[in-house]
Amino acid sequence: MAKKNKSGLTLQFIPYSEISNLPSVERIKKLLKIILDNKVVVLQGRLKPEEESRLIEDTMIMIGNIKGFKGVELAVVEDTEEKTLIQKMRFGLAKAIAGQQNAITIIGPASVVKEMKRDPKKLEVMMR
Amino acid sequence: MKILRDFTKRMFNLFFRKNREISLGFYGPPNAGKTSLANRICKDWTGEDIGKVSKMTHETRSVQFKEEVEIKYKEKSLKFKLIDTPGIATKIDYEDFMKSKMKKKQAQKRAKEATQGIVEAIRWLDDMDAVVVVVDSSEDPYSQVNLTILGNLVARNIPVLVVANKIDLKKSNIKKVESAFPDYEVVGISAKQGKNMDEFYESVFKLAKRA
Repeated sequence: MAKKNKSGLTLQFIPYSEISNLPSVERIKKLLKIILDNKVVVLQGRLKPEEESRLIEDTMIMIGNIKGFKGVELAVVEDTEEKTLIQKMRFGLAKAIAGQQNAITIIGPASVVKEMKRDPKKLEVMMR
Repeated sequence: MKILRDFTKRMFNLFFRKNREISLGFYGPPNAGKTSLANRICKDWTGEDIGKVSKMTHETRSVQFKEEVEIKYKEKSLKFKLIDTPGIATKIDYEDFMKSKMKKKQAQKRAKEATQGIVEAIRWLDDMDAVVVVVDSSEDPYSQVNLTILGNLVARNIPVLVVANKIDLKKSNIKKVESAFPDYEVVGISAKQGKNMDEFYESVFKLAKRA
């Protein structure tokens, strides 16, 4: 009987503490390195908006230079509950001190992850 | 440094606002109708187009602009530089273009141009006075590209107007767009058919005041 090929998916969890002290360039480099290994990154927290756009920029540059790389699928799930003014202030202060940790960021290579749909509390990840 | 730069920019705008041209960018995912909207505005006020429109994704692969577009609304007029940007995406696969009967070499070339266009669009963000984020109201508004663009504009203190385009389509759902972006003004239009453009121009004038 022919041996059945097993195909799996690796999710790599990165706690926020692992990237919190890194400069933006190093954060992005670290995430892209994992993605290039065909793994899906599950990051505690989220990147800053300018880091997210930098990630897209770097991804676009890599598409032309790394064979078989087609880009990434990216989604952030975060707390969407309406907050009172005091809660907003408390949250803003915590974010300024410790970074945004009340979110989960999923980034996967487009060759592995076909699509991610957020709605907004539910996240569907469609694989290839 | 950033605070000082913003302050200088505000002071400059305050004193020279009357004569200055406002750089108005059009951002959004591919095929949301950015060029259709920029074309509609250009046609309305200059009689010319800004760029080519097609059903195939990534038709706009480089930043294109039209200067000195004077828009009039309720006896007031403002001068804009309209900047139409390539659709921002997180992935590009040349094989997708081949599905539209494009040859491999041509598809690879188009994919390369599209990736360069996205990088260019992101780099232009710093040059905008105000931005219209165009989303397709018949599609899922919760895409990360939309959120990343909005997050970047907020971080740069650039005023934003969200346009829910394609309201002429049956699947269009403006309420879904409004609930996805509760902190922004949302205007529903059909750039293709010119629907609700008066409300759009009114919102653009409000946006320009904040620029």
